[in-house]
Amino acid sequence: MTALEPPKGTGPLGRREARLAWGLLLPTITIVSLVVILPLLSIFWISFKPVGLADLRPPAPVVRESVRGRPEADGDAATLQYRLRNSSQDKPILGVTLTDEIPEGLTVGEIDPRCTLDGRTLFCDLGDWEGGQREEIEIPVVVSGAFLDAGVDLDDSPAGLTGRAENILTNLDFTLENFVRVFDGDEFWGVLWVTIFYTVFGTIGALVMGLFAAMLLDKSFRGQGILRGLYLFPYVAPVIAVAFTWVTLFDPFSGSANALLIQMGVTDGAINFFGERPLALIMVTVFEIWRYFPLSFLFILARMQSIPDDMYEAADMDGASPFQKFWYLSMPQLLGILSVLFLLRFIWTFNKFDDIFLLTGGNAGTRTLTVNVYEQAFAISNIGAGAAVAVVIFCCLLLFSFVFFKYISREEGL
Amino acid sequence: MTDTPTTDRPVGAAVRHGGLFATLQYGYVAGPLIGALWAVTMSVVTCVVVSFATGQGMAPGLLASLAVGAAAGFGALPADGRNAAARWGPTAAVAALAVLISLVWAPPVIPRDTTGTGTLIAAWALFLASTILPLPRILRGLPHGSATRHEFEAAVIRFLTGFGYIFFTAIVAIPFYVMVMTSLKNQQQLLQNPLDFTIDLSQGWGLFRSYRELFTDFNFGDYLFTSAVVSVATVILTLLFSVPGAYAVARLRFRGRAAFSRSILLIYMVPMIVLALPIYIAFSMTGLRNSIAGILMIYPVTTIPVALYMLQGYFRGLPAEVEEAGLMDGLSRLAVIWKITLPLSLPAMASVSLYVFMIAWNEFLLAFMLLDDPSKFTLTRGIASLNSSEVPRQHLMAGAVIATVPVMVLFLGLERFMTKGLTAGSVKG
Repeated sequence: MTALEPPKGTGPLGRREARLAWGLLLPTITIVSLVVILPLLSIFWISFKPVGLADLRPPAPVVRESVRGRPEADGDAATLQYRLRNSSQDKPILGVTLTDEIPEGLTVGEIDPRCTLDGRTLFCDLGDWEGGQREEIEIPVVVSGAFLDAGVDLDDSPAGLTGRAENILTNLDFTLENFVRVFDGDEFWGVLWVTIFYTVFGTIGALVMGLFAAMLLDKSFRGQGILRGLYLFPYVAPVIAVAFTWVTLFDPFSGSANALLIQMGVTDGAINFFGERPLALIMVTVFEIWRYFPLSFLFILARMQSIPDDMYEAADMDGASPFQKFWYLSMPQLLGILSVLFLLRFIWTFNKFDDIFLLTGGNAGTRTLTVNVYEQAFAISNIGAGAAVAVVIFCCLLLFSFVFFKYISREEGL
Repeated sequence: MTDTPTTDRPVGAAVRHGGLFATLQYGYVAGPLIGALWAVTMSVVTCVVVSFATGQGMAPGLLASLAVGAAAGFGALPADGRNAAARWGPTAAVAALAVLISLVWAPPVIPRDTTGTGTLIAAWALFLASTILPLPRILRGLPHGSATRHEFEAAVIRFLTGFGYIFFTAIVAIPFYVMVMTSLKNQQQLLQNPLDFTIDLSQGWGLFRSYRELFTDFNFGDYLFTSAVVSVATVILTLLFSVPGAYAVARLRFRGRAAFSRSILLIYMVPMIVLALPIYIAFSMTGLRNSIAGILMIYPVTTIPVALYMLQGYFRGLPAEVEEAGLMDGLSRLAVIWKITLPLSLPAMASVSLYVFMIAWNEFLLAFMLLDDPSKFTLTRGIASLNSSEVPRQHLMAGAVIATVPVMVLFLGLERFMTKGLTAGSVKG
């Protein structure tokens, strides 16, 4: 008799279920790897490459074709001229060739030694080119009257060009220059400090404001629904709309905020809110708090409303004061959601790009790491350096998510 | 908070603080103090409201406001059986002090050069009414003499509540009002007096000239259409991918389920700018930049993780027994999803769709980086192109209003789903 044991491993049913599961997940996994994992890997690759914005268009030979010598009548001599150049000033192109159809009505004389003529097809082997190299091929021709009458446009049969240029993105040249540049000097530490300030105060501020707003609305009264809807506006509206509204509102010349402050006697002259250090950084942080307090408010309110009332009734019987009830009853209940919100918002504030980009463009001491990616890659046209900053961001993110999964994921079912 | 309440004390008994709190706990200290703070708040509110409503400047006077508030706070304390002299004497004394400060120093609402007499009278009326009328309510139950901790804190909380409503409503409403108001003005009005928040309704339809120009000269009709198409397509694509995925993660057992669940969250946290750079490079090389198809390849992927995460949470909450009954009756898994799970999760699908729509509609970074051709612009990209010195401010704000209104309408109309959607998975910003 065999011993009674639970079955080991997975049975056929289990295997079928797993197959189905992977089948259902396959489309998602495929597309997410294509658009997320692949770019993530490539950003590591690019960060070790000396790539500029201009290198995205690989060097290629360029040609201009023309008939010179002003032929006017049948039998006039003229020159068919090809002017070629390397589109890149510093990158070589290997094995450049040119292929073209000689138009009908041109009788070709002696041709350039680099070229051969097969029927009407001209083929020239132009060898390897240095960066910025220019070439000219001149072919003496005799023009027929038919050619002149037809008014042939040489661009109708564009010359074909080939050439192998080394693509800097795919070759095996690596450099640490990008990272040296990113970490070099005081700039990086400045950027890091701005990022930390923005992230820490933005997160904490939004949480505190959210908690305050949630306490205000944690009771039913007429108009509660309207207020709740209103308080969510900053989060729901498109960032571009609210950011430009803030810029308009705080404009140093025609902004209402400045006019109000001057009339109130708070300040004598107009304040350039988004253009002065360190005020600009404070303002973008305040904007972040303003825009994201609704989110924390919503989460905290949902949690507050799920706290059972009898706990507070018991506390009332025991004579607890309102602040005691808040501190000893509500806060412990809210601690879970607050810590989850803190970590998630911390990560998301750290990742924030649009807000600062739209408000200040990263000027006046508001350049965070994410804005620095854009700044390096597009403003300074150094894609490699931008990618290096992106790698730094990604490493920070890995660190945060490690903390997140270690301490928080058990809470609140996340 | 050293003295926690104990059960053997009778209900509502006084719990005393020490030190500073001991002084604060007397009604005749706490009342005027709260009143003074309330009056300062109201003086600032009055100045802001009057300035914006009339366009005439006005400044709050701190010292006089404090005095007026203290007097009002004193007067608002309950009678408590005191005689009229004990009650009104101090009130009158502090009020006299307030008048003195107003005359010698500055009144609680200080007129500026531009302020007219009518405006000034209105400001005074508003300030006095908003200071004096709510105070009895705020200080309700606070005795004149020694107050219990309960009574004292209740008064403080009522003050903070009133302050909070005003504060939050102001910070949310003012920017949105500025957005609408600016879009309805012309350049001259805007430069003339930035304080003036009034809208000249006598112009009738002329008010909306910025909007008309956006639609006729700036192709905003096309942008609106593109944005709508992109957002709806994103919602559909996202649901197509995430519903099967979410079901698999929520219901089916397979090796690597937990790891998969976590990697969804992890991908959800990757900042867009990190991905945008390689996507920009790849699209530049393959010619997908400036194409709606390219945008539609990227947008759903940014929303799939969050949709998957929200949906799997909901699927888990559905009773598995219903599905098992379906399986016993001979339905295949896919048929169970189609005929049982999906109809049951329509509310969740609505929430997810709304949320995804909102993300796609509001998306700015990718549209900004990948679209250069004005004929392919989405709405957000179109607004970004208005942000130049050549385009007047009111056009920019009109664009902002056009982008905001559809989301707001959807949001207010379907607030129930939206709120649920936001709380279910939206940690993304």
